[in-house]
Amino acid sequence: MKNKLLPTTITLIFIIIFIVFYKGLKDTNIYTPETKINNKVPSLLVNLFDTGKTVNTFEIFKSDKFYLLNIWSSWCVPCREEHSILMELKNNDSLKVIGMNYKDNKDNAKNFLKELGNPYDKIIFDKKGTHAIEWGAYGVPESFLINNNKIIKKYIGPLNKVSFEEIKLLIK
Amino acid sequence: MIYNVIGNYSLILGLFFGLALFYFSLKNFRNSKALDAKILSFTFLQFFLVVISFLCLVLSFVVSDFSNETVFNNSHTTKPIFYKIAGTWGNHEGSLLLWLLVLTLFILIFLVKTKNQPIKYRILTLVFQQIIIVGFFVFLIKTSNPFNYIYPIPTEGLGLNPILQDPALVIHPPILYLGYVGSSIIFSSALAATSLNLVSKNWASHIKKWVLSSWVFLTLGILLGSIWAYYELGWGGFWFWDPVENVSLMPWLALTTLLHCILVLEKKSILTSWVIILSISTFALSMSGTFLVRSGILNSVHTFANDPERGLFILIFLFSLIFLSLFIFFSFHKPSKNNPSSFSLLSKETAIIINNWFMMYFLSVVLIGTIYPIFLDVLSSEKISVGPPFYHKLIIPFLIPFLIIMAIGPKLKWIKSNLEDKIYLITLLVVSILLSILIVKNFSSNLLINTILISSAFYLFFITLRDFFINKGFKNLAQNTAHFGFSLLILSILFNNLFSTETITNLKVGETFENTKTKIIFESISQKEEKNYKSIMAKFTIQNSKGKIENLSPELRIYNQPNIVTSEADIRTTLLSDKFIVINVVPNQELFNVRYQVKPFMLWIWISVILISVGGLMSFLKKEYEK
Repeated sequence: MKNKLLPTTITLIFIIIFIVFYKGLKDTNIYTPETKINNKVPSLLVNLFDTGKTVNTFEIFKSDKFYLLNIWSSWCVPCREEHSILMELKNNDSLKVIGMNYKDNKDNAKNFLKELGNPYDKIIFDKKGTHAIEWGAYGVPESFLINNNKIIKKYIGPLNKVSFEEIKLLIK
Repeated sequence: MIYNVIGNYSLILGLFFGLALFYFSLKNFRNSKALDAKILSFTFLQFFLVVISFLCLVLSFVVSDFSNETVFNNSHTTKPIFYKIAGTWGNHEGSLLLWLLVLTLFILIFLVKTKNQPIKYRILTLVFQQIIIVGFFVFLIKTSNPFNYIYPIPTEGLGLNPILQDPALVIHPPILYLGYVGSSIIFSSALAATSLNLVSKNWASHIKKWVLSSWVFLTLGILLGSIWAYYELGWGGFWFWDPVENVSLMPWLALTTLLHCILVLEKKSILTSWVIILSISTFALSMSGTFLVRSGILNSVHTFANDPERGLFILIFLFSLIFLSLFIFFSFHKPSKNNPSSFSLLSKETAIIINNWFMMYFLSVVLIGTIYPIFLDVLSSEKISVGPPFYHKLIIPFLIPFLIIMAIGPKLKWIKSNLEDKIYLITLLVVSILLSILIVKNFSSNLLINTILISSAFYLFFITLRDFFINKGFKNLAQNTAHFGFSLLILSILFNNLFSTETITNLKVGETFENTKTKIIFESISQKEEKNYKSIMAKFTIQNSKGKIENLSPELRIYNQPNIVTSEADIRTTLLSDKFIVINVVPNQELFNVRYQVKPFMLWIWISVILISVGGLMSFLKKEYEK
């Protein structure tokens, strides 16, 4: 063969590019609409799921307890997965789980809770999906850990064992 | 619901036809007297199945079938029917299905149109193309199936991003894909021709058509994207050197260079290595464009679906193709035996080679600007973004020799022989320089480089313009039109950059802003309810220093699904300049932020790109005509 240097060099260069791209993929930085961490809870007038009463969100998160706001929907498959974790969190005394029912049909949502249990202390009914946007959420499920009227942690996607342990640690 | 099932199974069946085609092709390749009839019918069936699958997705969008996850995520019942249909390819899954549709269509056309080519070459091209097609089938079915099912069925969808609801953007992806995917045929055929040692004049004149057609589509696709950015995004520009724009520009640069090399190969049987490498890189660049855009590795204004799993698949797939082609190139390609000195130093070919190197330079600048931030982020966790100044500084100075060589290159044959033409060339050069000095001196205080740049652009402009009049028949008309269009494009961009003016101010309703050149009066504001958005219309009266009055009404749209505010610029286009006004809300105040721009020669940027494509189209049709 005349010259094997060129093919080898070019192959090497491409291998390096591959590795860099591969590593780049691993820590993809996904855009979030607006990170509302350490931000005050937005003050919104919302309707409650059971009674239909209008209340201010400020009232809901008033006390110095920990709250977990969970945005869910009956049509959302991952919400089904995380539901058992919410049921476990319900048993924790220093935490109240608040639901936000997102773009949902009321009957479907009721059936969902009948089937899997109701972990929520209160449920905000967000029929149009506008409140979720005000919270800086961009999909379901999403959960916000709140203390002293401040959002201290945001979980995008379904809660899992890791986030469960973390929440337990944070509220101690 | 039924569409989901049909669409899904058609895809899976299409994948099986792809696998079957490998088997029959290899069988046929060993015993290659005639093309197996099965191959043609299987290719057709595969195409047909993808068409069915695509139609199923379109129908799901039309009837708003929210049991389909893609429809649920990207559509809404209140959306106009036109955008429901367009929503089919306005999202990740649907747009990949469109890729697949075009891929299968093109290989079918290729097989039908190449009856005169050697059987082995046709089969091998089909095999390489099927590797790509099967790869896309697996990618689609495994990571981005457009027919995923949701239960319970939601009653309403999440809506299509309003900034995507624009006529230009409806046809932009299909046209761009025709260009990208056309390059896959060039890729497969180049690999096949290399393996069989068929890279020759004959092959060049047959593949030239594919190069030309993809080039025309890619040019028009980029143009449409640019028009969309200008009219819809309301940033007042047409090119932002955004990574997503760059990834469409890179294959274009490679393809343009390839086009010129193919022309030389067709006439002189030289530049074979150039042609093969460029054929491979055009497609590799198109694919890496898909990778960069779809994987979320880049941060850009156009973020699409961000999913690392998808990115990983494309990455592995792309590099398998690259290594396959490197292997084929290095083991089968024999550099042409023709002595390179068989053409003289002062010839068209030399000019083309020099400009090829310039094109490669521009390509590497864009490539580095696009992927360097990724490298830096991975290697040192430093985040930078590369903006227009980088590209301008590195590209603009080199445009000068590029334009001059482009102007005199096609004339080099007669420089040696014809004295009269020499005088013409020099006179035109002098005229261009004088004209540029005049313009730059009168309108801007700026710099030697503008004068030289404008002179060289004018030079190309005049020379190509003159060629339209000294009748040379149909032969060079295509080339001349494209080159004339290019000079016009450069001139328009330069004038647009140099002579644009901008006024930014905050105004309340009823207030007036005035400076030496313009007076902007904010007349009134009105509200209107539309089907899927609420519109706030503002009325402005603009008066320029000559007292000419213009009424402009920019708009803010508040969409309900999803809840997004977009600002629609009002643009008054005239032959010589565009007047552009856009408003934005200033939070918690009664003020509106008003941006008013006068942009000369905007229209000519679009016209010149259309001229460039018309040149390509003419060249494409010319061959048909002669046959």
